[in-house]
Amino acid sequence: MARFRKEGSSKELPSISTGSMPDIIFMILFFFMVTTTMREVTLKVRVTPPEATEVQKLEKKSLVSFIYIGPPTQSKLYGTESRIQLNDSYRTVNDIAEFVYAEREQRNEADRQLLTTSLKVDKEVRMGVVTDVKQELRQVGAFKINYSTRKKVVAEN
Amino acid sequence: MRRKTPEINAGSMADISFLLLIFFLVTTTMDTDSGISRRLPPPPDPTAAPPDVKERNVFNVLVNKNDRLMVDGRVGDIRTLKLETKEFLSNPNNDPNLPEKREEIIPGIGPFQISKGIISLKNDRGTSYDMYIQVQNELTAAVNELRDELSKQKFGKKFSELTDNKSIEAIQKAIPVSISEAEPEDIGGGK
Repeated sequence: MARFRKEGSSKELPSISTGSMPDIIFMILFFFMVTTTMREVTLKVRVTPPEATEVQKLEKKSLVSFIYIGPPTQSKLYGTESRIQLNDSYRTVNDIAEFVYAEREQRNEADRQLLTTSLKVDKEVRMGVVTDVKQELRQVGAFKINYSTRKKVVAEN
Repeated sequence: MRRKTPEINAGSMADISFLLLIFFLVTTTMDTDSGISRRLPPPPDPTAAPPDVKERNVFNVLVNKNDRLMVDGRVGDIRTLKLETKEFLSNPNNDPNLPEKREEIIPGIGPFQISKGIISLKNDRGTSYDMYIQVQNELTAAVNELRDELSKQKFGKKFSELTDNKSIEAIQKAIPVSISEAEPEDIGGGK
Protein backbone atom coordinates (compact mmCIF):
# COMPACT_ATOMS: atom_id res chain seq x y z
CA MET A 1 0.00 0.00 0.00
CA ALA A 2 1.11 3.45 -0.80
CA ARG A 3 1.71 5.76 2.05
CA PHE A 4 1.03 9.45 2.15
CA ARG A 5 4.22 11.33 2.13
CA LYS A 6 4.82 13.34 5.23
CA GLU A 7 4.80 17.07 4.89
CA GLY A 8 8.15 18.73 4.61
CA SER A 9 9.75 15.69 3.16
CA SER A 10 12.75 16.11 0.96
CA LYS A 11 11.12 16.39 -2.48
CA GLU A 12 8.54 19.11 -3.10
CA LEU A 13 5.80 18.79 -5.70
CA PRO A 14 6.50 21.06 -8.67
CA SER A 15 3.83 23.75 -8.97
CA ILE A 16 1.54 23.51 -11.98
CA SER A 17 2.36 26.06 -14.61
CA THR A 18 -0.44 28.52 -15.22
CA GLY A 19 1.20 29.99 -18.26
CA SER A 20 -1.15 28.29 -20.67
CA MET A 21 -4.22 29.47 -18.78
CA PRO A 22 -4.97 32.35 -21.21
CA ASP A 23 -4.74 29.95 -24.13
CA ILE A 24 -7.20 27.55 -22.59
CA ILE A 25 -9.60 30.34 -21.71
CA PHE A 26 -9.31 31.72 -25.23
CA MET A 27 -10.16 28.33 -26.61
CA ILE A 28 -13.34 28.13 -24.55
CA LEU A 29 -14.07 31.72 -25.47
CA PHE A 30 -13.87 30.99 -29.18
CA PHE A 31 -16.09 27.98 -28.74
CA PHE A 32 -18.80 30.09 -27.18
CA MET A 33 -18.32 32.88 -29.70
CA VAL A 34 -18.91 30.46 -32.55
CA THR A 35 -21.89 28.67 -31.03
CA THR A 36 -23.60 31.82 -29.78
CA THR A 37 -26.69 33.00 -31.52
CA MET A 38 -27.79 36.33 -30.24
CA ARG A 39 -31.48 36.59 -29.62
CA GLU A 40 -32.93 39.04 -32.08
CA VAL A 41 -36.23 39.71 -30.42
CA THR A 42 -37.22 40.02 -26.82
CA LEU A 43 -39.95 37.55 -26.15
CA LYS A 44 -43.15 39.05 -24.88
CA VAL A 45 -45.00 35.77 -24.84
CA ARG A 46 -44.15 32.68 -22.87
CA VAL A 47 -43.32 29.82 -25.19
CA THR A 48 -42.78 26.33 -23.85
CA PRO A 49 -42.68 24.25 -27.01
CA PRO A 50 -44.22 20.78 -26.98
CA GLU A 51 -42.00 17.76 -27.23
CA ALA A 52 -41.82 15.41 -30.17
CA THR A 53 -39.59 12.61 -31.32
CA GLU A 54 -39.64 13.13 -35.07
CA VAL A 55 -37.97 16.51 -35.22
CA GLN A 56 -35.83 17.88 -37.97
CA LYS A 57 -33.26 20.58 -37.58
CA LEU A 58 -34.02 23.85 -39.27
CA GLU A 59 -31.44 24.49 -41.93
CA LYS A 60 -30.37 27.95 -42.95
CA LYS A 61 -31.27 30.21 -40.08
CA SER A 62 -31.28 33.24 -42.34
CA LEU A 63 -34.22 31.88 -44.30
CA VAL A 64 -36.48 31.42 -41.32
CA SER A 65 -38.95 33.92 -39.95
CA PHE A 66 -40.54 33.35 -36.59
CA ILE A 67 -44.06 33.77 -35.31
CA TYR A 68 -44.49 33.46 -31.57
CA ILE A 69 -47.80 32.54 -30.01
CA GLY A 70 -48.40 32.14 -26.31
CA PRO A 71 -49.69 33.74 -23.16
CA PRO A 72 -48.12 37.14 -22.40
CA THR A 73 -45.20 37.12 -20.00
CA GLN A 74 -46.59 40.08 -18.10
CA SER A 75 -49.93 38.53 -17.36
CA LYS A 76 -50.86 41.30 -14.90
CA LEU A 77 -50.70 43.85 -17.69
CA TYR A 78 -51.95 41.90 -20.66
CA GLY A 79 -54.01 39.06 -19.25
CA THR A 80 -53.57 35.38 -20.00
CA GLU A 81 -55.22 35.19 -23.41
CA SER A 82 -52.81 33.85 -26.06
CA ARG A 83 -51.22 36.56 -28.14
CA ILE A 84 -49.33 36.57 -31.39
CA GLN A 85 -45.95 38.24 -31.37
CA LEU A 86 -44.35 39.40 -34.59
CA ASN A 87 -40.93 41.00 -34.33
CA ASP A 88 -41.14 43.02 -31.13
CA SER A 89 -44.79 43.62 -30.46
CA TYR A 90 -48.15 41.98 -30.02
CA ARG A 91 -50.07 41.75 -33.25
CA THR A 92 -53.27 40.24 -34.52
CA VAL A 93 -53.88 37.67 -37.21
CA ASN A 94 -54.54 40.45 -39.72
CA ASP A 95 -50.97 41.70 -39.48
CA ILE A 96 -49.45 38.42 -40.57
CA ALA A 97 -49.76 39.10 -44.29
CA GLU A 98 -47.86 42.34 -43.92
CA PHE A 99 -45.24 40.61 -41.77
CA VAL A 100 -44.67 37.92 -44.39
CA TYR A 101 -44.34 40.50 -47.16
CA ALA A 102 -41.83 42.44 -45.09
CA GLU A 103 -39.82 39.29 -44.40
CA ARG A 104 -39.80 38.46 -48.09
CA GLU A 105 -38.67 41.94 -48.97
CA GLN A 106 -35.56 41.47 -46.83
CA ARG A 107 -34.37 38.41 -48.70
CA ASN A 108 -32.86 37.91 -52.14
CA GLU A 109 -35.29 37.27 -54.88
CA ALA A 110 -33.84 33.82 -55.39
CA ASP A 111 -34.29 32.86 -51.74
CA ARG A 112 -37.87 33.99 -51.34
CA GLN A 113 -39.29 30.64 -52.34
CA LEU A 114 -37.25 28.93 -49.65
CA LEU A 115 -38.47 31.12 -46.83
CA THR A 116 -39.75 29.01 -43.96
CA THR A 117 -42.07 30.25 -41.27
CA SER A 118 -41.36 28.73 -37.92
CA LEU A 119 -44.30 28.67 -35.55
CA LYS A 120 -43.09 28.89 -32.00
CA VAL A 121 -46.20 28.10 -30.08
CA ASP A 122 -46.71 27.40 -26.42
CA LYS A 123 -48.13 23.98 -25.76
CA GLU A 124 -51.06 25.33 -23.79
CA VAL A 125 -52.33 27.38 -26.73
CA ARG A 126 -55.63 26.32 -28.27
CA MET A 127 -55.56 25.34 -31.93
CA GLY A 128 -58.03 28.06 -32.93
CA VAL A 129 -55.36 30.75 -33.00
CA VAL A 130 -52.87 28.48 -34.73
CA THR A 131 -55.43 27.55 -37.37
CA ASP A 132 -56.16 31.22 -38.05
CA VAL A 133 -52.45 31.89 -38.47
CA LYS A 134 -52.07 28.94 -40.80
CA GLN A 135 -55.01 30.06 -42.91
CA GLU A 136 -53.47 33.52 -43.18
CA LEU A 137 -50.11 32.03 -44.21
CA ARG A 138 -51.86 30.01 -46.89
CA GLN A 139 -53.51 33.14 -48.24
CA VAL A 140 -50.19 34.94 -48.69
CA GLY A 141 -48.44 31.90 -50.10
CA ALA A 142 -46.04 31.13 -47.26
CA PHE A 143 -46.50 27.40 -47.56
CA LYS A 144 -43.37 26.13 -45.87
CA ILE A 145 -43.94 26.01 -42.16
CA ASN A 146 -42.28 24.37 -39.24
CA TYR A 147 -43.88 23.58 -35.91
CA SER A 148 -41.16 24.31 -33.41
CA THR A 149 -40.75 21.46 -30.96
CA ARG A 150 -38.18 20.20 -28.58
CA LYS A 151 -36.58 16.85 -29.06
CA LYS A 152 -38.04 14.36 -26.68
CA VAL A 153 -35.55 12.02 -25.11
CA VAL A 154 -36.93 8.51 -25.27
CA ALA A 155 -35.54 5.84 -23.02
CA GLU A 156 -34.61 2.75 -24.97
CA ASN A 157 -36.53 -0.24 -23.82
CA MET B 1 18.41 51.71 -31.53
CA ARG B 2 19.92 51.65 -28.16
CA ARG B 3 16.77 51.89 -26.08
CA LYS B 4 14.72 48.77 -25.61
CA THR B 5 10.98 49.09 -26.15
CA PRO B 6 9.25 48.28 -22.87
CA GLU B 7 7.41 44.99 -22.98
CA ILE B 8 3.66 45.05 -22.67
CA ASN B 9 2.53 43.33 -19.55
CA ALA B 10 0.53 40.28 -20.61
CA GLY B 11 -0.40 39.26 -17.12
CA SER B 12 -3.93 40.57 -17.34
CA MET B 13 -4.59 38.67 -20.54
CA ALA B 14 -6.23 35.86 -18.65
CA ASP B 15 -8.52 38.28 -16.84
CA ILE B 16 -9.59 39.96 -20.05
CA SER B 17 -10.33 36.70 -21.77
CA PHE B 18 -12.20 35.51 -18.69
CA LEU B 19 -14.34 38.59 -18.88
CA LEU B 20 -15.14 37.97 -22.53
CA LEU B 21 -15.79 34.32 -21.83
CA ILE B 22 -18.29 35.14 -19.12
CA PHE B 23 -20.03 37.63 -21.40
CA PHE B 24 -20.52 34.99 -24.09
CA LEU B 25 -21.52 32.39 -21.53
CA VAL B 26 -24.31 34.63 -20.37
CA THR B 27 -25.57 35.70 -23.79
CA THR B 28 -25.42 32.25 -25.31
CA THR B 29 -28.69 30.57 -26.06
CA MET B 30 -27.98 27.02 -27.02
CA ASP B 31 -31.34 26.41 -28.61
CA THR B 32 -31.00 24.78 -31.95
CA ASP B 33 -34.19 25.33 -33.79
CA SER B 34 -35.88 22.10 -34.58
CA GLY B 35 -39.38 21.05 -35.34
CA ILE B 36 -41.79 19.22 -37.55
CA SER B 37 -41.84 20.55 -41.09
CA ARG B 38 -45.02 20.70 -43.08
CA ARG B 39 -46.14 22.14 -46.34
CA LEU B 40 -49.44 23.98 -46.34
CA PRO B 41 -51.75 23.46 -49.29
CA PRO B 42 -52.56 26.47 -51.46
CA PRO B 43 -55.83 28.21 -50.64
CA PRO B 44 -58.86 26.29 -51.88
CA ASP B 45 -60.48 27.22 -55.12
CA PRO B 46 -64.17 27.82 -54.35
CA THR B 47 -65.28 26.80 -57.82
CA ALA B 48 -63.40 23.51 -57.95
CA ALA B 49 -65.31 20.42 -56.96
CA PRO B 50 -63.90 18.45 -54.03
CA PRO B 51 -61.63 15.66 -55.27
CA ASP B 52 -63.22 12.28 -55.59
CA VAL B 53 -61.51 10.03 -53.10
CA LYS B 54 -62.68 6.55 -52.26
CA GLU B 55 -63.67 5.77 -48.71
CA ARG B 56 -61.04 3.08 -48.34
CA ASN B 57 -58.27 5.48 -49.26
CA VAL B 58 -58.93 7.91 -46.45
CA PHE B 59 -57.75 7.56 -42.88
CA ASN B 60 -59.73 9.95 -40.74
CA VAL B 61 -58.10 11.32 -37.63
CA LEU B 62 -60.18 13.69 -35.56
CA VAL B 63 -59.11 15.46 -32.40
CA ASN B 64 -61.82 17.11 -30.36
CA LYS B 65 -61.62 19.97 -27.90
CA ASN B 66 -61.01 17.62 -24.99
CA ASP B 67 -57.98 16.22 -26.81
CA ARG B 68 -59.72 12.91 -27.45
CA LEU B 69 -59.04 11.05 -30.66
CA MET B 70 -61.33 9.48 -33.17
CA VAL B 71 -59.61 7.28 -35.70
CA ASP B 72 -61.67 6.04 -38.63
CA GLY B 73 -64.94 6.22 -36.76
CA ARG B 74 -63.73 4.61 -33.56
CA VAL B 75 -62.29 6.03 -30.37
CA GLY B 76 -58.57 6.12 -30.86
CA ASP B 77 -55.56 6.17 -28.65
CA ILE B 78 -52.40 8.14 -29.23
CA ARG B 79 -50.30 5.11 -28.31
CA THR B 80 -51.69 2.93 -31.04
CA LEU B 81 -52.02 5.67 -33.66
CA LYS B 82 -48.58 5.04 -35.13
CA LEU B 83 -49.21 1.33 -35.64
CA GLU B 84 -52.61 1.93 -37.18
CA THR B 85 -51.20 4.57 -39.51
CA LYS B 86 -48.40 2.27 -40.58
CA GLU B 87 -50.82 -0.50 -41.33
CA PHE B 88 -53.03 1.87 -43.27
CA LEU B 89 -50.20 3.25 -45.37
CA SER B 90 -48.49 -0.04 -46.09
CA ASN B 91 -51.50 -2.34 -46.37
CA PRO B 92 -49.29 -5.42 -46.28
CA ASN B 93 -51.99 -8.01 -46.91
CA ASN B 94 -53.84 -6.09 -49.62
CA ASP B 95 -56.91 -5.84 -47.43
CA PRO B 96 -59.87 -4.54 -49.48
CA ASN B 97 -60.75 -2.12 -46.67
CA LEU B 98 -57.31 -0.54 -46.69
CA PRO B 99 -56.08 1.80 -49.44
CA GLU B 100 -55.40 0.85 -53.01
CA LYS B 101 -51.96 0.94 -54.51
CA ARG B 102 -50.73 1.92 -57.90
CA GLU B 103 -47.63 0.42 -59.39
CA GLU B 104 -44.99 2.75 -60.66
CA ILE B 105 -41.39 2.33 -61.67
CA ILE B 106 -39.21 4.50 -59.49
CA PRO B 107 -35.62 5.05 -60.61
CA GLY B 108 -33.31 3.46 -58.08
CA ILE B 109 -35.92 1.16 -56.61
CA GLY B 110 -37.69 -0.41 -59.57
CA PRO B 111 -41.39 -1.18 -59.68
CA PHE B 112 -43.03 -0.22 -56.41
CA GLN B 113 -46.58 -0.25 -55.12
CA ILE B 114 -47.29 3.31 -54.06
CA SER B 115 -50.14 3.58 -51.61
CA LYS B 116 -53.01 5.85 -52.56
CA GLY B 117 -53.89 6.38 -48.93
CA ILE B 118 -54.44 9.85 -47.56
CA ILE B 119 -54.45 10.72 -43.91
CA SER B 120 -57.06 13.31 -43.17
CA LEU B 121 -56.38 15.21 -39.99
CA LYS B 122 -59.02 17.39 -38.49
CA ASN B 123 -58.87 19.28 -35.27
CA ASP B 124 -61.15 21.48 -33.27
CA ARG B 125 -60.44 25.09 -32.44
CA GLY B 126 -60.34 24.04 -28.81
CA THR B 127 -57.74 21.30 -29.26
CA SER B 128 -54.55 22.01 -27.38
CA TYR B 129 -51.46 22.62 -29.46
CA ASP B 130 -49.62 19.99 -27.46
CA MET B 131 -52.07 17.28 -28.49
CA TYR B 132 -52.03 18.44 -32.09
CA ILE B 133 -48.25 18.13 -32.18
CA GLN B 134 -48.41 14.69 -30.56
CA VAL B 135 -50.75 13.53 -33.32
CA GLN B 136 -48.61 15.09 -36.04
CA ASN B 137 -45.61 13.47 -34.44
CA GLU B 138 -47.14 10.01 -34.46
CA LEU B 139 -48.20 10.37 -38.09
CA THR B 140 -44.72 11.56 -39.05
CA ALA B 141 -43.21 8.70 -37.06
CA ALA B 142 -45.30 6.21 -39.02
CA VAL B 143 -44.14 7.63 -42.34
CA ASN B 144 -40.54 7.77 -41.17
CA GLU B 145 -40.58 4.17 -40.01
CA LEU B 146 -41.98 2.99 -43.32
CA ARG B 147 -39.31 4.95 -45.12
CA ASP B 148 -36.64 3.48 -42.87
CA GLU B 149 -37.85 -0.03 -43.57
CA LEU B 150 -37.89 0.47 -47.32
CA SER B 151 -34.55 2.21 -47.26
CA LYS B 152 -32.96 -0.60 -45.25
CA GLN B 153 -34.36 -3.13 -47.65
CA LYS B 154 -33.19 -1.32 -50.77
CA PHE B 155 -30.07 0.56 -49.75
CA GLY B 156 -29.02 -1.13 -46.53
CA LYS B 157 -29.28 1.89 -44.26
CA LYS B 158 -31.85 4.08 -42.60
CA PHE B 159 -33.56 6.85 -44.53
CA SER B 160 -32.03 9.53 -42.33
CA GLU B 161 -28.57 8.10 -43.03
CA LEU B 162 -28.91 8.24 -46.79
CA THR B 163 -26.64 10.81 -48.35
CA ASP B 164 -27.13 10.88 -52.11
CA ASN B 165 -30.10 12.83 -53.36
CA LYS B 166 -31.17 10.20 -55.85
CA SER B 167 -32.02 7.54 -53.32
CA ILE B 168 -33.56 10.10 -50.96
CA GLU B 169 -35.86 11.25 -53.74
CA ALA B 170 -36.68 7.68 -54.68
CA ILE B 171 -37.76 6.86 -51.13
CA GLN B 172 -39.69 10.10 -50.82
CA LYS B 173 -41.52 9.25 -54.00
CA ALA B 174 -42.26 5.70 -52.91
CA ILE B 175 -43.66 6.76 -49.55
CA PRO B 176 -45.00 10.29 -49.69
CA VAL B 177 -46.12 12.28 -46.67
CA SER B 178 -49.78 12.31 -47.55
CA ILE B 179 -51.28 14.16 -44.64
CA SER B 180 -54.12 16.41 -45.57
CA GLU B 181 -55.56 18.85 -43.12
CA ALA B 182 -59.23 19.53 -43.45
CA GLU B 183 -60.49 23.03 -43.99
CA PRO B 184 -61.10 24.39 -40.52
CA GLU B 185 -64.59 24.43 -39.15
CA ASP B 186 -66.09 24.46 -35.73
CA ILE B 187 -66.96 20.97 -34.62
CA GLY B 188 -66.79 21.06 -30.87
CA GLY B 189 -67.93 24.56 -30.01
CA GLY B 190 -64.62 25.31 -28.31
CA LYS B 191 -63.07 28.73 -28.24
